[in-house]
Amino acid sequence: MKNLQVGEDGKLKHLLTLEGLSREMIHRILDNAASFLNVSDRDVKKVPLLRGRSVFNLFFENSTRTRTTFEIAATRLSADIVNLNITTSSASKGESLLDTIDNLAAMAADIFVVRHGQSGAPHLIASHVQDGLHVINAGDGRHAHPTQGLLDMYTIRHFKGDFTQLRVAIVGDVLHSRVARSDIHALTTLGVPEVRVIGPLTLLPGGLDQMGVSVYTDMKKGLKDVDVVIMLRLQNERMRGALLPSPQEYFKTYGLTAEKLAVARPDAIVMHPGPMNRGVEIDSSVADGAQSVILKQVTFGIAVRMAVMSMLAAS
Amino acid sequence: MKDDPEMSLSITGARVIDPYRGFDAIEEVHVHGGRILAVGHAPTDFEPERRIDGRGLVVAPGLVDLAARLREPGFEYKATLESEMHAAVAGGITSLVCPPDTDPPLDEPGLIEMLKHRARSLALTNLYPLGALTMGLAGEDLTEMAELSEAGCVGFSQASKPIVDTQVLLRAMLYANTHGFTAWLQPQDPFLGRGGVAHNGAVATRLGLPGIPVLTETVALHTIFELMRSTGCRVHLCRLSSAAGIELVRQAKAAGLPLTADVAVHHLHLIDVDIGYFDTHCRVDPPFRSQRDRDAIRAGLLDGTIDAICSDHTPVAEDAKLLPFGEAEPGTTGLELLLPLALKWAAEEGVGLAKALALLTTAPARIAGIEAGEVSGLAPGAVADLCVFDPEVPWVVDDDSLLSQGKDTPYHGRELVGRALMTVVGGRVVYERAAGDPRRRPRRPA
Repeated sequence: MKNLQVGEDGKLKHLLTLEGLSREMIHRILDNAASFLNVSDRDVKKVPLLRGRSVFNLFFENSTRTRTTFEIAATRLSADIVNLNITTSSASKGESLLDTIDNLAAMAADIFVVRHGQSGAPHLIASHVQDGLHVINAGDGRHAHPTQGLLDMYTIRHFKGDFTQLRVAIVGDVLHSRVARSDIHALTTLGVPEVRVIGPLTLLPGGLDQMGVSVYTDMKKGLKDVDVVIMLRLQNERMRGALLPSPQEYFKTYGLTAEKLAVARPDAIVMHPGPMNRGVEIDSSVADGAQSVILKQVTFGIAVRMAVMSMLAAS
Repeated sequence: MKDDPEMSLSITGARVIDPYRGFDAIEEVHVHGGRILAVGHAPTDFEPERRIDGRGLVVAPGLVDLAARLREPGFEYKATLESEMHAAVAGGITSLVCPPDTDPPLDEPGLIEMLKHRARSLALTNLYPLGALTMGLAGEDLTEMAELSEAGCVGFSQASKPIVDTQVLLRAMLYANTHGFTAWLQPQDPFLGRGGVAHNGAVATRLGLPGIPVLTETVALHTIFELMRSTGCRVHLCRLSSAAGIELVRQAKAAGLPLTADVAVHHLHLIDVDIGYFDTHCRVDPPFRSQRDRDAIRAGLLDGTIDAICSDHTPVAEDAKLLPFGEAEPGTTGLELLLPLALKWAAEEGVGLAKALALLTTAPARIAGIEAGEVSGLAPGAVADLCVFDPEVPWVVDDDSLLSQGKDTPYHGRELVGRALMTVVGGRVVYERAAGDPRRRPRRPA
């Protein structure tokens, strides 16, 4: 199947997944993001790159936080922004996904920012829309969350510089995590020699080794000497369906505490895509501690989303 | 059958392959009064109404398909008996076994009689329904198997709805065996693949698709084998998909369990990698598994662990595939691709035409118990169900030009080799590819 994301001219057409993006393309996005970082510090927090363009936020799954970051990014690029919460409108009236998309495309949108509960929904949309309309995946099922992956890479590059000397651990519910998948693709593409995933076997999908990662079930072994710790969010519903017994036991075995973090390198950074469950996957002392870069991730996230939008739709 | 009479017919110069007798030679075939008159020289006074130049073609017994969803009754928006039987004969298939997962399911004799009546009035292919093993396929109460058998059912099945309650499955197998019926079971644990949409492996993990583990098949096989040992019931295993499953079947057959098995023709070729980026054409049940599994399926066919190849024809409405992968309906069209995809496998594996055709004719006919009387295949006196095909003609699959109402196929736009040109059922030409069809290659000079 052809690559939908990158046109024959090598330009980014959609951002659907980090899988298959070249190292050079990822660095180009991060470089662009760097140039947008100071926009947020100005008196007038706007550049006119997307003036007259329309960004439609299509959230088939609720997420105030992610939607807001895209909204801010689009606003700072001077785009017009339309927010649609589709869970409460057409989908509940029985309209099919592609009918909804056709209707919205007819309103002259330039960018669709799509979040959907089903893996692959943004691919379906991207393969359906006309040329000139760009799709950004803002999270689809368990599959991908590429802007989160990019902002994670931005954060790592910012604090660590060279990817090719790093050990990175991703901890928690890998099975259900689109963030983990996007991070794994980006980290392996960027040349990180050792990517580890750590979690209980009920939350680790089969075939992970074929994605180029090593699997640990013992958190202290997995965190030994790592430079970066990426914690994943644990949804409460994982306590059902015989995946985990209790939040308490999870915290005890896989929650990031100062004691467990001590086996990582002393200058290791701690990341989390948010929102955090304090006392479930991460202890407050770590979340708010000196090694935490969690709030920096949020700041970088705006710049990364500005970079992606401008690369897709700026004239 | 329709009133139009059987035609007397002679096909000359074709390679005649009759897996029923192990016959394979360039010979004449003569048909008269709905039956095979002779293979070889015709009686001197025989004057056929039609002579066909069969040079470069193969004449074989009509194909028997063990799994064709015809969608009647209940799902006529997906397909009808008429559309699918036209598709079947265009694929060289003369006998269809259809699973009971219609709406309502085929769980009472009246439905079978209605279906058989509809099939007779269409007069295209022979139709052999499978009855439901339990009422409504709900896995709770037994159907009237003896009555259903009398109405024309050739076996009893749950289609893709496994019986959850093992006590019910035990009793269903005991009851089926009471009457000597075969249970047609797709080995599927009802829980292990719950919520899954693709083979549980690297591809599903990468794409974030919930997985259907091989365990779904192997755990169910262990259960079925134990119940077979206890009940003595004959079982036909439908749609094997995994290397581990095939190995278990190999061992069970070696241990003497009364067992046969089939595989869907698409599983000889496609694997989870073919899903690419969420190609819903590759959403099928059971799922396409790994390359290792596909290799094991191919090996299983060669060593006889798997007895037959079926189309697993499942017409799906177009809209039901224009959805995210996890929401798309499983299934793909198969009737018109069964022969060329089987030929593709045979060519790739260096399997002779005669052996490949046996997996599409004799073997499935024996499994379904539908060998017509004492003479079958192309023996003189046998009912003339024939498939005449060009084994070498290349053609490009175009979903629009498929006769099936289910157009959905991962093979759209791809070139296949070999295609039926004429199909004869009961001595009547029920299908003939139009002479102007560009896919009908001009004969090479002899």
